[in-house]
Amino acid sequence: MNELLLTALTLSVLGALLAVILYFVAQQFKVREDPRIGEVEKMLPGANCGGCGFAGCRAMAEALVSRDDISTLYCPVAGGEVMKAAATYLGKAAPEKKPQVATLRCGGSCQKRQKTNKYDGAKSCAVVNTMYVGESDCAYGCLGYGDCAHACIFGAIKMNPETGLIEINPDKCTACGACVRACPKQLIELRKKWPKDRAIYVACRSRDKGAVVMKACKAGCIGCGKCAKVCPFGAITMDGSLAFIDSEKCKLCRKCVNECPTGAIHLINMEPLAKEPKEAKAPAAPAKEEVKVETAK
Amino acid sequence: MANRIIAAPSPHIHGAESTRRIMGDVVLALLPALLVSAYVLGWRVLFVTAVSVVACVAFEYLIARFLLKRRSTIGDLSAVVTGLLLAFNLPTGIPWWIVVIGALVAIGIGKMTFGGLGCNPFNPALTGRIFLLIAYPVQMTDWTTGVPDALTGSTILADVKAGLTSVSEVDFVAMLGGHMNGSMGEIGSFALILGGLYLLWRRVISWHIPVAVLGTMALFALFLAIGDGGAALWQMPLFHILAGGALLGAIYMATDYSTSPMTHCGMLIYGVGIGLLTMIIRVWGAYPEGMSFAIFIMNAATPLINKYCRPKRFGTK
Amino acid sequence: MKTFPIGGIHPSDNKQWSKDKAIEVLELPDSVAVPMIQHIGAPATPIVKKGDKVLTGQLIGEATGFVSANIHSPISGTVTAVDMLPNGQGQRRMMVVIKREGDEWVETIDRSTELKRACTLEPKEIIAKVKEAGIVGMGGAQFPTHVKLSIPEGQKANILIINGVECEPYLTSDYRTMLERGEMMLVGVSLLMRAISVDRAVIGVENNKPDAIAHLRKLVADGAYRGIEVMPLKTRYPQGGEKQLIAAVTGRQVPPPPALPISVGAVVCNASTAVAVYEAVQKNKPLIERVVTITGKHLKETHNYLTRFGTPYSTLIERAGGLPEGDVKILNGGPMMGRALVNLSAPIMKGCSGVTVYSDGDALRGVEQACIKCGKCVNACPIGLEPYLLARASKLQKWDVAEEHNATDCIECGCCSYTCPSYLPLLDYIRIAKQTVMANIRARANKK
Repeated sequence: MNELLLTALTLSVLGALLAVILYFVAQQFKVREDPRIGEVEKMLPGANCGGCGFAGCRAMAEALVSRDDISTLYCPVAGGEVMKAAATYLGKAAPEKKPQVATLRCGGSCQKRQKTNKYDGAKSCAVVNTMYVGESDCAYGCLGYGDCAHACIFGAIKMNPETGLIEINPDKCTACGACVRACPKQLIELRKKWPKDRAIYVACRSRDKGAVVMKACKAGCIGCGKCAKVCPFGAITMDGSLAFIDSEKCKLCRKCVNECPTGAIHLINMEPLAKEPKEAKAPAAPAKEEVKVETAK
Repeated sequence: MANRIIAAPSPHIHGAESTRRIMGDVVLALLPALLVSAYVLGWRVLFVTAVSVVACVAFEYLIARFLLKRRSTIGDLSAVVTGLLLAFNLPTGIPWWIVVIGALVAIGIGKMTFGGLGCNPFNPALTGRIFLLIAYPVQMTDWTTGVPDALTGSTILADVKAGLTSVSEVDFVAMLGGHMNGSMGEIGSFALILGGLYLLWRRVISWHIPVAVLGTMALFALFLAIGDGGAALWQMPLFHILAGGALLGAIYMATDYSTSPMTHCGMLIYGVGIGLLTMIIRVWGAYPEGMSFAIFIMNAATPLINKYCRPKRFGTK
Repeated sequence: MKTFPIGGIHPSDNKQWSKDKAIEVLELPDSVAVPMIQHIGAPATPIVKKGDKVLTGQLIGEATGFVSANIHSPISGTVTAVDMLPNGQGQRRMMVVIKREGDEWVETIDRSTELKRACTLEPKEIIAKVKEAGIVGMGGAQFPTHVKLSIPEGQKANILIINGVECEPYLTSDYRTMLERGEMMLVGVSLLMRAISVDRAVIGVENNKPDAIAHLRKLVADGAYRGIEVMPLKTRYPQGGEKQLIAAVTGRQVPPPPALPISVGAVVCNASTAVAVYEAVQKNKPLIERVVTITGKHLKETHNYLTRFGTPYSTLIERAGGLPEGDVKILNGGPMMGRALVNLSAPIMKGCSGVTVYSDGDALRGVEQACIKCGKCVNACPIGLEPYLLARASKLQKWDVAEEHNATDCIECGCCSYTCPSYLPLLDYIRIAKQTVMANIRARANKK
């Protein structure tokens, strides 16, 4: 009986003592922070993807709370609604940004772009890129070792073994930009997201001259400039021997698609214009099918 | 073109060493001890070893293929080594189903749950052995079943601990040749040393861990001998090195790559830790032998040792 | 016998294929493409245009800034293009293409074979001549030699180390150079000593080349070259690494980057570079050719060729009897640090000490397995790094961890990948970490 009492007593005293110590230590090391940070963090998606440019959702929430002007802060994953809610809660003007989607600007599939050698090193685009030009003669094309797919925490990027190129699922893509940063060839661009995932873009980033491009790849932009001439909205600019379609200016009129002699302008989820069906179908049809398969999943 | 041009970053050549060769060497180094054991303790040694090896390999294959759904890794022979080492840690008369349970724990819990070879924090064979020792204490310390009559009884470590015999009466020559009681693999001291030398020669292991473990144990034993006075000064260290699983542990179990430190400095600390803990358990602990527990505890300390024992950066003091 | 303090490996040297082949002069190519970057630093600016006539040894690319090097025409003829053309790795670089017409040299170049020992030039004049001749480190790194010789103020060199180690397996160009052009090299060494004002030079040679050691010792013993010592070193890779060689010869360790060898008073030059220095200073001959080994186990022939720069790799391979059938890996350099070539019409450059050809099974890497944490890479690293950890940090893109573990110290020798029993591509990943960490450090410095 005595033993039992002693045990209970010791433990109670010990417990009380430690509680007191704990209390003082907690007081000493207490971090005072704005309770709004926690509230804002709850609104954010919690993916910690870094798409906003901060280390995680917590850091983003801190920035949203502490800065007066939050117009430059934007969470691409949560989108406009959440940003608006957070801004209203904080009593600030909501940042606005149109939805975007990641787009691979290379059409050099295995069929279009001949392999000239076999890579046998570590399976990483970054490693390939520091070592040499890649498995084809094109110095700008997709290397095909999927650094972007590894970087994507939303599982939106898959490698298609048939084409040797990656495919981006627009439903899963949140435009966080992780793949953009991961690609050593800067082939992924965040472009305006149209309804029904329609898109027109130049699937090539080769700055080589037309003759060099043609030799390395059948689907490259050779810089002929026909698309830029035909565009009624001035959305297409020529940078050296490379065409670029500004997705903000483009109205999806599709005139350029029929002009492109190599099929480097990809048309997604839309029928090409009726004129010159022969040339237009070649690039558009397979691209369309790809997306259909993806959305069906 | 008849050629296919291969491109890869440097270096373009590779040394002769491979995981498979290393594991193969360990298997080869363990064979003499197995033969000595079979000669002294009888054919059942081979049966138990076979059961253990086959069970380990089978479990690794099944878990890799059907649970983890990935390429089977049995080709690297590491499961064979685990199987051999597990068997070496068991008494001869152990029922075969206990061996299979041991193999399941060793491979399933000790190795594959952590992600397979290289990811396990604890030596898989030891995990299996310690599990069995706690789960089946009777069978695991039964040194009488299935062995020649001359060798029935308890292990010499237990005898000495219980005061049934003294170190000064030990026949060291017999111990070297394998004529003592114990687990299947720990009795052939001479064969174990021979295998250890082979591993050193093949650069599979470095001298640091075995020397640190055995050296610490010898030194500890020397102090015991000085304090005790019952045995000659050389007898006590020699006894502790030859008796029980000291050699098996120091040369084959403690040197397991994934559970031991990387740098030489770390290996020495790790070895000294094992030596000390073993002796503490042997002298003051509840068990007569402490090798497996000592290695197990130091396995847990390995990440910490790795963190603090870094190689010296070239050009710094 | 001396060697460097930590790490290192012993690959089989495979020099038997080409070590007994005397240096031959390779026929002049019909056309050359001369890259404007054959060195570390800024690319040279081309000063010729399409249609220009050039002579052998004429300046065609002018160094841009201090860390850069001049480029000279290796043949005489007409410039047919100045354009971006693919190099051996397929990357496009500015090159001057020259179609050969005869072999007319610039007049000021002394083409006689007579050895000229005497030199009364001041150190500054020697360095100026080295710079003029566009000499770069010919061991493979291609660092401009005049930069190395221009010792920064407040620092002083007290030893010149000549790298005759050639620790790369297969390669024998430095070995043949030391044997056949030993006197030229020794004069070059004396000139280098004069340029950096030191009275002691050590030529480090690994002891797998006993005849080179004996030959050089005999030449030195004749007394014409004061202060030069030939030091045999224990064969071990990467002894030819600058830091390893300094440690092997002097016992001094160069502190981690950004410290340079001069911080321990040493300047290191390659044996072939010393010959180039001799030719530049005594004969006014710019760097337009070098000895290149073409070797490989499955080649029909192996050679050591005196090759003009700009000659395509394919010429050497043709002279060796063509590529073997099946999978081939063609390396610019040796197997440890050489770079794989994918474009054989690319030109040979100043740092190309050899072309090594591997075929079939030898051309491919082993299958990657899981890391077994054996620590062999840690013990093989000659610079005291933990390769397994750096590779993992790099794979997970933990650049701060890589930085904390001194990724920038890596000399890319490849000992870790070579020794890994699980065939992990450790160096592939560490290289990425090194580059990223260096970029991060630079970015931080710029911010401040």
